[in-house]
Amino acid sequence: MKFQKKNGWRIGLRVMVCAIAALCAGMISEAQTKNPYAGDAKVAKLGESQFRSNCAFCHGLGARGGGRGPDLTRAQKRHGSSDEEIFHNIHDGIAGTAMPPATAGGIGVGMTDEEIWQVVTYIRSVEKKTNAVTGNAARGKELFYGSAGCGTCHMVNGKGGRLGPELTTTATSRSEEYFVDSLRNPNKRLAQGIVEAMKDFPQEYETANVTTADGTKYQGVVLNEDAFTVQVLDTRETLHSWEKSSLKKYEKTRQSLMPAYDEKMLPEKDLQDLLAFLAASAGRGK
Amino acid sequence: MKIRAAMIGVLLLSLAGTTNAQVAAERLLNAGKEPQNWLMYSGGYSGLRYSTLDQINVNNAGGLAPKWAYQTMAGGKFETTPLVVDGILYATGPDDRAFALDARSGRPIWQYQRALPPDIRPCCGRVNRGVAILGDKVFMGTLDAHVIALDAKTGAVVWDITAADYSKGYSFTLAPLAIKNLVLVGVSGGEYGIRGFIDAYDAATGERKWRFNTIAGPGEPGNETWEGESWKVGGSPAWITGTFDPATNTTFWTTGNPAPSNRGIGRAGDNLYADSLLALDPDTGKMKWYFQFTPHDEHDYDATQVPVMLDDGGKKLIAQANRNGFFYVIDRTTGKLLSATQYAKVTWSNSKDATGRPVGSKEGEPTLEGNPVCPGALGATNWMSPSYDPQTKLFYVTAREQCDIFSTAPQAYDAGHAFYGSAYYPNDSSQPFWGALRALDPATGKLVWEWKHNSPTWAGVLTTAGGLAFTGDAEGNFIALDAKSGKPLWHFQCGASVIAGPMTFAIDGKQYVAVAAGSTLFAFGLQ
Repeated sequence: MKFQKKNGWRIGLRVMVCAIAALCAGMISEAQTKNPYAGDAKVAKLGESQFRSNCAFCHGLGARGGGRGPDLTRAQKRHGSSDEEIFHNIHDGIAGTAMPPATAGGIGVGMTDEEIWQVVTYIRSVEKKTNAVTGNAARGKELFYGSAGCGTCHMVNGKGGRLGPELTTTATSRSEEYFVDSLRNPNKRLAQGIVEAMKDFPQEYETANVTTADGTKYQGVVLNEDAFTVQVLDTRETLHSWEKSSLKKYEKTRQSLMPAYDEKMLPEKDLQDLLAFLAASAGRGK
Repeated sequence: MKIRAAMIGVLLLSLAGTTNAQVAAERLLNAGKEPQNWLMYSGGYSGLRYSTLDQINVNNAGGLAPKWAYQTMAGGKFETTPLVVDGILYATGPDDRAFALDARSGRPIWQYQRALPPDIRPCCGRVNRGVAILGDKVFMGTLDAHVIALDAKTGAVVWDITAADYSKGYSFTLAPLAIKNLVLVGVSGGEYGIRGFIDAYDAATGERKWRFNTIAGPGEPGNETWEGESWKVGGSPAWITGTFDPATNTTFWTTGNPAPSNRGIGRAGDNLYADSLLALDPDTGKMKWYFQFTPHDEHDYDATQVPVMLDDGGKKLIAQANRNGFFYVIDRTTGKLLSATQYAKVTWSNSKDATGRPVGSKEGEPTLEGNPVCPGALGATNWMSPSYDPQTKLFYVTAREQCDIFSTAPQAYDAGHAFYGSAYYPNDSSQPFWGALRALDPATGKLVWEWKHNSPTWAGVLTTAGGLAFTGDAEGNFIALDAKSGKPLWHFQCGASVIAGPMTFAIDGKQYVAVAAGSTLFAFGLQ
């Protein structure tokens, strides 16, 4: 609104606008609690088109998850599984994540409330029944913090290391196939780190090998980076921030610090136990 | 008494001064003669985004420092290029803000924000890229598809016209272009199955003088390049500011994707004039010639990059580094293609037609299950302004190296709703994604140098007679490079991605460089 003198007419108009806005707000909050199209296959199809245009860039085809967006075919979702919560997450975005609000033009082409409900209907139509967890969570926990060595770098429920992604609730956002892939072939797709609001892509968990001016060598994970500086957590969990031009050597690789767990290092049964532990920590299956 | 009379005389004189129109059309024609000002989106009609100011140069750029900052307090992408006229800066911000600042201090003089309807359909953020100025008015296209004129001294709305129905997906995001007594705008909305157009309005009254439909209608040449009724919802927006050649009285505009953007089934044919360069008569809107960059586009390769006019010896050219990954040099008197060379990774095309124009391949078409294609849907570049430096004779473009997987599926047109017929998402097996400022030689199409960006960026480029190329990155750095070598000379961390083109101006003999980032407009100068 341009700065201008108020007059009675304008104030009156404003009161009216406010009253209408309040009325509409009431209607919207009503509209946001219940999916008016629940179970409607035709609407799900419309929702699929919306999903493809607006959501697939991060959440992948069929909502199966891309590198950057969670798999939405899991019935239990990290930021809420009810229709109302999913609507709210699409409508307003999820603070602290890369998920933007649909309404401010942040998601794809943006979506109306009607289109958001279409997407909710579509997501419901592609949700999978949770696979029965076959592993033993208690044994998985022992492995995680013991012989498998996961806890050296990964934290679950406040216990563990900081070098790799925190895993407490990851079972709600990633498929089992994704976990298996990450364990067996960690270089195939690096995990996503810090998200900056205006950047197209988040920082990935790349590996840095650094030699400082005094000859000290460090290896660690790149927390963030730009053309001139790099922020690293080294393998001893010490934080560093360097001007790249001050370093004797700065090499970055897409070779993850995470070892590839083949069948020998991690037999299938152990893997299932680990998955059971992660599922249990996320409150999904016991 | 004498003193008082003299004072009144001065007052009268200055009052008389204020009634003069600020920017006559002749000033726009001769913008290069007043480099202290930045009179239009790309700096001048040629679209070079080059300034002859050289006080800030390769020898002292290391001493640049912020001089002031203006905060819009708005969220979303801040894509504006400010204008500066005689010490006053005019710019726009998200949600159709416009403001005038004292360009010396950054202090606001007036601020305008449009009351937008809640159901507008901007495809890609509530953005605006700037104003045009003519006489005492600044002109702005709005997200609800209006064109408005604001009083340059007060920000008051002088006229406000409806150009199209926003509820069908029409909107304006570009900075208009003023030519003679007209204000030219091109529409956004290629994601909604609009029928694109370029309009010209009388600057004094807002009366529409002509409309050029960027999709040929029935009975017009080009309509046969659309299958059935597909032309009605064929997109072809024109959402980036054009250029103007007064010597031939021709204005050059570029158009965006045919709709649905990633589904060619149902719109068989070349789909004219989508993804094209149009040469129009600015007085009548009549087309003189066209050149289509991407026939039957299925990858959203809008040609909406500023068509840069450059002269090479006796040759009058237009150069465009296109979103589709090719760098085109075209004779701007005839529209004939002179060269098309790859400047980024390209897999959508593996052959050229008889005229040397790259054409799509069967292998590059989107499929239901998804087909990896380079460049990705966001392009090898996008709307961010390139620059041409007549001193180095190099063309500078922000390149993006990111490939996508393109999937296509049937979708019925539904007015006002997204109309892609598709999904696309980054092809992770082609990681890492990155970007670069590339300096290309228009004579050969060859890469002379590149400055690597850590990740793909949306910042435009400014070059100056000081031997500098300014650009920004997605990580928030605003950077000055040696335009000859690409060597970095200075950078400043703006705190948010630079998603705008830089510009430069001077006041009191001091040169400034300005750029928008986050919600802040920064002005830099020498310490």
